[in-house]
Amino acid sequence: MSDADSTDEFEPVEVFETTDMDLRSGSDDCYKCSTCDTSCPVAEVDDEFPGPKFQGPEQWRLKRKEGHEIDDSITGCSNCMRCDDACPSSVPLSQMHNTARGEYVESQRFGREALAALRQGEPREALEIVRNGTDGLVERVRNRVLANYRTSAWLASKVPWLANRAMNFGPARWLMEATLGVTKEREFPAFADQTFREWWVERGGAHVGNPDKQVAYFHGCYSNFNTPEVAKAMVHVFEEFGYEVLVPPQKCSGTPMFANGMLGDARRHAETNVENLAAAIDGGADIVASCTSCSMALRQEYPELFDLDGIDSVAAHTYEAVEYLRLHEDLEGELAAAEVDASEFAYHAPCHARNQGIDRQAIELFSDLDGATVEDVGDSCSGISGTYGWKEEKYDYSMEIGEEMFEHMESADGETGMTECPTCAMQMEHGTGYEISHPLELLEEALV
Amino acid sequence: MAIEDDVCVIGGGLAGMTSALRAAREGARVRLVSHKKSTLRHASGLVDVLGYTPDGELVAEPFGALAALPAGHPYERVGVDAVRDGLGLFDEVVGDAYYGDHTDANALVPTHGGTVKPTARYPESAAAGLASDPRETLLVGFETLTAFDAPLAADHLDAAGVPAATRGVTVPFPGAFRADSRVTRFAHALDRDEAIETNAGTTGARRALATAVDPHLDGAERVGFPAVLGDDESSDVRAALETRLGVDVFEVPMGPPSLPGLRLERLFTAALDDAGVRRTTGNPVVDFEADGERIQAVYVDRNGQRAPFHADEFVLATGGLVGKGIDSDRDGVIEPIFDCHVPHPDDRYEWFVDEAFGDHPFARFGVDVDAELRPLDADGGIEYANLRAAGGVLGGADFAAEKSGSGISLATGYAAGRAAGEAV
Repeated sequence: MSDADSTDEFEPVEVFETTDMDLRSGSDDCYKCSTCDTSCPVAEVDDEFPGPKFQGPEQWRLKRKEGHEIDDSITGCSNCMRCDDACPSSVPLSQMHNTARGEYVESQRFGREALAALRQGEPREALEIVRNGTDGLVERVRNRVLANYRTSAWLASKVPWLANRAMNFGPARWLMEATLGVTKEREFPAFADQTFREWWVERGGAHVGNPDKQVAYFHGCYSNFNTPEVAKAMVHVFEEFGYEVLVPPQKCSGTPMFANGMLGDARRHAETNVENLAAAIDGGADIVASCTSCSMALRQEYPELFDLDGIDSVAAHTYEAVEYLRLHEDLEGELAAAEVDASEFAYHAPCHARNQGIDRQAIELFSDLDGATVEDVGDSCSGISGTYGWKEEKYDYSMEIGEEMFEHMESADGETGMTECPTCAMQMEHGTGYEISHPLELLEEALV
Repeated sequence: MAIEDDVCVIGGGLAGMTSALRAAREGARVRLVSHKKSTLRHASGLVDVLGYTPDGELVAEPFGALAALPAGHPYERVGVDAVRDGLGLFDEVVGDAYYGDHTDANALVPTHGGTVKPTARYPESAAAGLASDPRETLLVGFETLTAFDAPLAADHLDAAGVPAATRGVTVPFPGAFRADSRVTRFAHALDRDEAIETNAGTTGARRALATAVDPHLDGAERVGFPAVLGDDESSDVRAALETRLGVDVFEVPMGPPSLPGLRLERLFTAALDDAGVRRTTGNPVVDFEADGERIQAVYVDRNGQRAPFHADEFVLATGGLVGKGIDSDRDGVIEPIFDCHVPHPDDRYEWFVDEAFGDHPFARFGVDVDAELRPLDADGGIEYANLRAAGGVLGGADFAAEKSGSGISLATGYAAGRAAGEAV
């Protein structure tokens, strides 16, 4: 961009070598106002966490230099992405964090020391290394297990009654905390007797055929294995509006994998998702998701982190389910004419709803619905952030972040919680004992 | 079928929030669309009207000085009544949280740089710190909070000839806080009165702070701290410090991230919710649809996906060069959403002057409007019949030099919101 004609001139843009993922402009756009730092829920409770300004732009510059490794603290980021929403300069903070975390995990010597000891015929030393956790092997295994929730859930869904008992069996949970560092404080979510996809096959697929109004449903893992009632509500509501619902083959959105730096795993899942969703788009469908982290991944993290055929099209055609109806139907008019049994909800907007511009959607939408009172419990983070609050060393921070939300829930009139995010729902239930519902379920009650 | 409202306000700063609030009072259904967190977090929390004339003369009483402003200045466009109305709306929103509504005269508030800012309204927390107050003053800075050098600020104030004898001292903030702790970390420690380990044992953060400052009092009748004295509980924090120190305590407004700005944002957000204003944040408005005369809808962008927001009336309150409501490149200066005309010289070497603090033309760049705040095109015609502009996006004022940013936002926000609401 220089005015200079001569190619020998000093070009400031060439100071930094470019990589596949050139985030330099993001660093340059940061003017150090620190708004991101003051929006970071982890930095708020964890004095050892330097905050997004360091993790993103400052660390990006540091690691250009020889001998500067990515700081361990990158694993303290919960990937709530509030910093993205805060930055007045549109610095791609979460993209920087995800990229750095991926590099960090890639470069860690997980397990190598123990394996080397084994090869030298020193099994005792290898055991000692693993036991001390000095090479991060245990943490890596734990993070991988947590991040690949879909795999565990798929297994559990084969024998839900057994899984539900075994997963919350006290001694087993103690062992999991002691060996893997998965907190024993939380209840594992119950697995449904019948997954959403099993139900979908059983009912014979779509009940409405309409080549002009098609949506492909990205149900994600949780509403398939744990809360099929949310997925069914989505199907019923969309069919009520005359949509043909498609349920393409799909894997995990990758959200828990990004948060744990497992970009290889995330990419493998993304390949399947993008391929199938792009095919649905080519057939004339839009993509809808009922989980705000899933829609967030498809809309923002995919194009930011991966270069796959059709990925931009998937990002541009993905919507959160309720948002889609607001944009394409007279949802408000329908709700104004509807009523539900008297019910009061304490609504929490997930962090991942914010960057999509839908954090006020449920409050706004249900304000005119006769019978329902939906109260906002404030704009704090729930604190669980997917896998973050499941880690034994993070559990206390997770609960400290959630404190404000718990207090607001307790003081709200409703005794039922409401949110779009499965793990926020876990945290809301864990902190208050409330039952938690999804906006789609209330829509279903009102309109179907 | 889509999202439809009577009035759509674009921009979540002071001008946008004032517009939305005022339009809602006309009974209109209002939506506020903003890209990021409110720019109030970057604001000092002081609300000025006019501190200096465009010629650099200090203004004691702003309302008397408005009539002399040049044609094209936002105040000239809306008139003095709109300035009073805008301030009146502000006073209603903030209630007891702000002082200054008892007089038309400017107050003089010391800043973290040791300058004195003429301002029309100031937070309750700054009230004991006025520069016109002759009481002996101690300013306290914290070692790790480098944005406020208390001894330097005190020297500046002394050099400026404030009536009060003013000293500054730097102390460590008690407790084991990180060297790079952010202002909100200190504020929340004081909010919660966290247990702090000191040489004298464990005490609450408020008491520990008072204990750290007490030896330096030495006859001072009031103590000024950087604006980190609590967030939600700032009144309680200040009261606790005053009780322990036996003198008045005040906050010195700071740069971003600004706690007084955050508190002001909360007050306005609550007022918007009470007024039933719908808020949509997180995505930028990038495009619009019009039928020649009138705008039909604006589009927000999310990674290539466009979501439309329809309305009858629109208010553009996207800020100036810093707020990104006005943009420039080597070819010219533009208003990026509606491409409203922004008057500026063709030659970009005429956009600035050589002195860093000189009278830069770029400081006045912005859209030109008629008395109804409708943006004007290059020929002086109205760009769109149902579009009005308010706040920093307006040209004709160097608000940083005049100390008129908040006042312009309130006055033009008020006028634009009222006109949009009435037009529905």
